[in-house]
Amino acid sequence: MNAIIGLWRSTIGKKIAMSLTGLLLVGFLISHMISNVLVFVDGASLDLYGAWLRGFGPLLWIPRLILLGAVVIHIAAAYQLSALARAGRGGSYRDHDRPASTYASRTMRWGGVLILVFIIFHILHYTVGIIHPDFRVGEVGRNLVRGMESKPVALFYLVSMIALGAHFLHGIWSVFQTLGINHPTWNRWRRGIAIGLTVLVAGGFASIPAAALLGWLR
Amino acid sequence: MSTMRLTLKVWRQASPEAKGEFRTYPVEADEHMSFLEMLDVVNEGLIAAGEEPIAFDHDCREGICGSCGMMINGKAHGPRAATTACQLHMRSFKDGDHILIEPFRASAFPVIRDLVVDRSSFDRIIQAGGYVSVGTGAAPDGNAILVPKEMAERAMDAAQCIGCGACVAACPNASAMLFTAAKVSHLAMLPQGQPERHRRVLGMVEQMDSEGFGGCTNFAECEAACPKQISIENIARMNRDFLKASLREREETGAGAVSN
Amino acid sequence: MTGAPDVPMQLDDRIPDGPLAEKWDRHRSALRLVSPANKRKYHVIVVGSGLAGASAAASLAELGYNVSCFCFQDSPRRAHSIAAQGGINAAKNYQNDGDSVERLFRDTIKGGDFRSREGNVYRLSQVSADIIDQCVAQGVPFAREYGGLLANRSFGGAQVSRTFYARGQTGQQLLIGAYQALERQIARGAVQMYTRHEMLDLVVIDGRARGIVVRDMVTGAIESHAGHDVVLATGGYGNVFYLSTNAKGCNVTAAFRAWKRGAGFANPSFTQIHPTCIPVSGEYQSKLTLMSESLRNDGRVWVPLKQDDTRLPRDIPDAERDYFLERKYPSFGNLAPRDIASRAAKEACDEGRGVGRGGLGVYLDFATAISRLGEDVIRERYANLFEMYERITGENPYQTPMRIYPAVHYTMGGTWVDYNLMSTLPGLHVIGEANFSDHGANRLGASALMQGLADGYFVLPYTIGDYIAGTKFAEVDTSHSAFAEAEQQVRDRTARLLAINGSRSVDSFHKELGKLMWDHCGMARSREGLELALRRIPELRAEFWADVRVLGSADTLNQSLEKAGRVADFMEFAELMCRDALEREESCGGHFRVEYQTPDGEALRNDDEFAHVAVWEYRGEGVPAKRNVEQLEFEFVQLATRSYK
Repeated sequence: MNAIIGLWRSTIGKKIAMSLTGLLLVGFLISHMISNVLVFVDGASLDLYGAWLRGFGPLLWIPRLILLGAVVIHIAAAYQLSALARAGRGGSYRDHDRPASTYASRTMRWGGVLILVFIIFHILHYTVGIIHPDFRVGEVGRNLVRGMESKPVALFYLVSMIALGAHFLHGIWSVFQTLGINHPTWNRWRRGIAIGLTVLVAGGFASIPAAALLGWLR
Repeated sequence: MSTMRLTLKVWRQASPEAKGEFRTYPVEADEHMSFLEMLDVVNEGLIAAGEEPIAFDHDCREGICGSCGMMINGKAHGPRAATTACQLHMRSFKDGDHILIEPFRASAFPVIRDLVVDRSSFDRIIQAGGYVSVGTGAAPDGNAILVPKEMAERAMDAAQCIGCGACVAACPNASAMLFTAAKVSHLAMLPQGQPERHRRVLGMVEQMDSEGFGGCTNFAECEAACPKQISIENIARMNRDFLKASLREREETGAGAVSN
Repeated sequence: MTGAPDVPMQLDDRIPDGPLAEKWDRHRSALRLVSPANKRKYHVIVVGSGLAGASAAASLAELGYNVSCFCFQDSPRRAHSIAAQGGINAAKNYQNDGDSVERLFRDTIKGGDFRSREGNVYRLSQVSADIIDQCVAQGVPFAREYGGLLANRSFGGAQVSRTFYARGQTGQQLLIGAYQALERQIARGAVQMYTRHEMLDLVVIDGRARGIVVRDMVTGAIESHAGHDVVLATGGYGNVFYLSTNAKGCNVTAAFRAWKRGAGFANPSFTQIHPTCIPVSGEYQSKLTLMSESLRNDGRVWVPLKQDDTRLPRDIPDAERDYFLERKYPSFGNLAPRDIASRAAKEACDEGRGVGRGGLGVYLDFATAISRLGEDVIRERYANLFEMYERITGENPYQTPMRIYPAVHYTMGGTWVDYNLMSTLPGLHVIGEANFSDHGANRLGASALMQGLADGYFVLPYTIGDYIAGTKFAEVDTSHSAFAEAEQQVRDRTARLLAINGSRSVDSFHKELGKLMWDHCGMARSREGLELALRRIPELRAEFWADVRVLGSADTLNQSLEKAGRVADFMEFAELMCRDALEREESCGGHFRVEYQTPDGEALRNDDEFAHVAVWEYRGEGVPAKRNVEQLEFEFVQLATRSYK
């Protein structure tokens, strides 16, 4: 236990915590995305999936709490690291050229905030259903399609998925670096895996609001 | 020989407590001058005009002592890759250029005067474990320790660090991870460094954090700014070692403790 | 005759009796010891944190002494040892090419042109092997063979491969090793480190060195530190020439202040001019950059046969080139020792055959090596040096030959020390480049690092104990009036420099002094030139004290003030150098007097009259320094004409 506390106290430990929680969330998102694109098969398949999940009853709270914990740890570490970075930088430069960092890496913090806002909205929208125009328990496919009928909502989903993509791109590459996976022979795979997962997950999710906006979702 | 007219905007700050400001100085430079020689010329002009010369750290002027370092147009050590300010030559600029010169800024590098900053935090990081505990006279024959050529070369890649602080200056988080990782890696890649490998990384990281540097968020600006081109591969190695060491550390050993 | 009563300076070299190979072991065994319990009570002040200072401070702290270490840089890791490129010699004979302690000893004595002490040099060769072991154990990443063994190369002037190296950054890696050892002792609390502190005076009480006065370069505070022994590891004085390969901060002040307090100064005119430096490019030049001598292993030195040949080097056919080192010194060729190679380059340029801006340069050409070995091999050996050259000159040495010219690099002269590395002032030990002991009139390549570390790791830690154990120390702390007096002198001098407010910058005076010294006390010296310099230096000094402009105040970081103090000392020290050069009426090693040369222009030594060390003694302000003599005895080596033909 002391080792864990010791790790958390260090900046490297916080990054490791972000990496591990990030990986867990990536794993969840992959499964979530795969189940979501069932909407392109038909609404009924999604309903079946939803029914299967609800079948677990209160047990469903175990993964939910784990995910919630991961999000909390991820955000807490991010918040603390940002504060340390601000304190560490002290004054700011008149001119600070940053040739090496990518757009994705520089937008991690604000992108993360946007994703948080999105998650809250998303849960209220499709899980709790209180900001849904016509939420019906059990009719997952229908809820999804109806929820996307509002163009501003679909657009918000799309923008959020772009932010998620940027977050993924730097985050996944960063996981390798933070967990010490860096070897010149294999390094090109790190970028490749980051891009691949980004396209798969963010692209997969984004396909739904995009289809809605194009009027292909029925 | 080509002469160029330049306009410098230089950070002037009389003391650690004083509020600094940018001042503008015109200068005529020769393309074969080093950047610091160009500042010498500015200073000669300032002395003649009765203004105190610009203070900046410098010593060897051949890119190895690590004394010099300043932000030149937003870049640590200026525009040329793998080059310290003292080895930067004016042929990297052109007639009419405006050049903005600022000190390295980080809470752990407080400004002493003008472009001179206090980097003693780096020494304290080394004190926290950046060595092999071997007293004078206790060494076995040099060839008793075999080091594969490739490992020696990679250790050397990391050991080349000159401790200038450009990594901290360039990092948006003012993180000292590249500096610390270079020393951790240098010793971690050699057989001589193994006995203290875990204790070293724990001690050095703890000290690094306590000095008030920010954490690493993998921007990789440090690697781009490093005049010795030290790779962030070393940071990954340090992360790995730190994780292993943290999980294996037994409470009674106490990380970072120093003995003779 | 005025000044102090005429008591001759005590110059006992304390070389132990007995066979050469046994001297050090016997001596070491006979040295008195300080009991481990008592070491903590003795405070040793180490000034300087280069190879010698850092290794000494760390080793003394390991032994248990209470050590304070001072450096003017912002970190001990920045000392100029860090810039040494080529390597470090050691008589390991790992290459099975016939090297031995004996051979390294003979090479060093011969290389020094028979102006060094046999006993010291033999000891240096003996401990050389231990240095490599120590550094390897510290984690110095020396170059390795594929089998994991240490690699060696041959280095300027040596016919065996005994040089250990870490790319072109050997000095850096060795210094980092010593620095890490030092930082470890700082962490333990065994060494108190004072960075950005400059020693401005030595305090002598009852005839013993008992402390120093320093200036905190950040706050300007003048502080005293008392101790039982003071160790100067303050490097060389090459910056008297303004342009040299030394770091900008290198200075003679600590050694010169010690001289004024009674420590004899030996052979100040013995300076080494390094043959392979990047030529001066203009008036603004602030320092010269050395290109490692190892380049001469594969580079060929040449100039055009014709005078004022302005063709590009690639347009000059082989038949119209003069590979002058290969021509003059067929057996050593491009690897001729530093002094010889430097003088040959100067001669070629004096004949109007120099190349580049101002005609002060010769080519160092890698075309032959590249065609023989391929560019990759050359790149592997010298990539960082080639890059450095390209950064500075804007020219690509893979395609066009480098231009090089000699530059002041190292000073063999220094504070006189005995076999125990103690100066004529009891309690003042002097190590590394700051002392004079081992290199005679010329230092071999890769031997500076060896000597600095030998002194710091393996000699001083033994010999200092002998002094401490054998001395009854009076209780002294910084409240002693001698400290107050010294502090006041330092303050007065600082105030005086700030009050002049004349019209010329410190640098302009330094440049003028440097030019004067380079012209008359540089690679070739003549009576006429030296006398001219000796007339001009006092005038220049007077101008300095009347017209220098030092702005700002004494109680902040003030780099002009720091420089002014150093240049003021150079202004006096330069005179000592010229006098030494004038009175040594022979040519030896780096000291070449044009009056003393063979018909074909080689140095002509005068062993009958000058096989000695000249030790200069301070006799008071305005009184000429006195030249004392330590006769050199050669029991084991035959004095011979140094020939590299």
